[in-house]
Amino acid sequence: MIVSVASGKGGTGKTTVAASLATIWDRPLVAVDLDVEEPNLHLFLRPNLEESEAAHMEVPVVDASKCTFCGACSELCQFKAICAMGKLILTFPEMCHGCGGCIALCPEKALSPGTRELGEITRGRAGSIEFLMGRLRVGEAMSPPLMRLVKAKLDEMTAEGDWDAIIDAPPGVSCPAVNAVIDSDLILLVTEPTPFGFYDFRLAWEAFSPLGKPMGAVVNRAGIGTDDLYRFCRDKGLPILTEIPFDRAIAEAYAHGRVIAEVSPQLKETFVSLRDEIRDLAERSRPREAANA
Amino acid sequence: MRKIAITSEGPGLDDRVDPRFGRTAGFVIVDLETMETRYIDNGRSQILAQGAGIQAAQLIVQAGAECLLTGYVGPKAFDALTAAGIQIVQNLDGMTVREALERFKSGSVRVADGPNREGGK
Repeated sequence: MIVSVASGKGGTGKTTVAASLATIWDRPLVAVDLDVEEPNLHLFLRPNLEESEAAHMEVPVVDASKCTFCGACSELCQFKAICAMGKLILTFPEMCHGCGGCIALCPEKALSPGTRELGEITRGRAGSIEFLMGRLRVGEAMSPPLMRLVKAKLDEMTAEGDWDAIIDAPPGVSCPAVNAVIDSDLILLVTEPTPFGFYDFRLAWEAFSPLGKPMGAVVNRAGIGTDDLYRFCRDKGLPILTEIPFDRAIAEAYAHGRVIAEVSPQLKETFVSLRDEIRDLAERSRPREAANA
Repeated sequence: MRKIAITSEGPGLDDRVDPRFGRTAGFVIVDLETMETRYIDNGRSQILAQGAGIQAAQLIVQAGAECLLTGYVGPKAFDALTAAGIQIVQNLDGMTVREALERFKSGSVRVADGPNREGGK
């Protein structure tokens, strides 16, 4: 089972929840940091980082001697990464989304694949937990291509044996967030019951609902804010799997880079029961998925 | 030089210069020999999330312009325009298209040697 930990608003506790869940997980697990713009799961799980490799994507390179300036590539590209103007063809590699369409389309075979460095993919191990992280190159604007490579690595790692994965997703509801959750079996939405937290939670629920995956909420900093969030979850039939109290001891532990499931026996129990709730929810959702298939 | 392109908020010489290049409303193309003008709408570039400047550069190259009068040009558009051999005059915002044209004709403008706006959206 792949569980992604997402949120609309940033700073609601995704990494806190992902790290704690990983720590109490009782099956073979890969903990994955897909928040590649600012990965921080490693600060809590403190894995030994064993290997790191550069990740690249394919961008077009022009052989000007073969190009007839027909402009087919330029018309196809929605991102203006390749541009034909009269007897001139220009590429803007940083605009390229790596679809490969221009290379496939070129009637003169004047385009070949070159590379743009996206960042790096790092593997490690924290106790019994396998750890995997993507880190975007400073200056690189597109995270989904790197995220796809990290996910391919995850597929490789879990191809043999019976592995679970917990994905720490980036915040928001745009392409990176959707990319992080789209291959998971279940989405945890971490939020806080403040007006900001609720507003972005609702956006996340709207963005991820069409994916048809089981979703559950984790209410962090419970005890502050309003009851809008609770009412919304009740109306939409979205289960609240656990609540984490608004507590100074938790903030202090977090600030020291500690995993909060290890702060107290009660908090540990909170995450153990969250793990069981996740499995229950996945189990309950199975017949519905089959019916939709 | 025969044709110049001026970023414009509207189709005529008395419309304001649109300060933006990539996301300009359109271009007034002036034929310096006949002083005929024509207008090219830039709506298709305005709706692009990214790459508006590159597409706008394509448009004025296709229109046969050899010089551009505008307010600001970003780095990618600047590269595309320069590669196409188009002279760029910046900082002509806050006036009408006619005034920008007069300035150009009087020779009191400077051809840019670099972009005057950061790239992005």
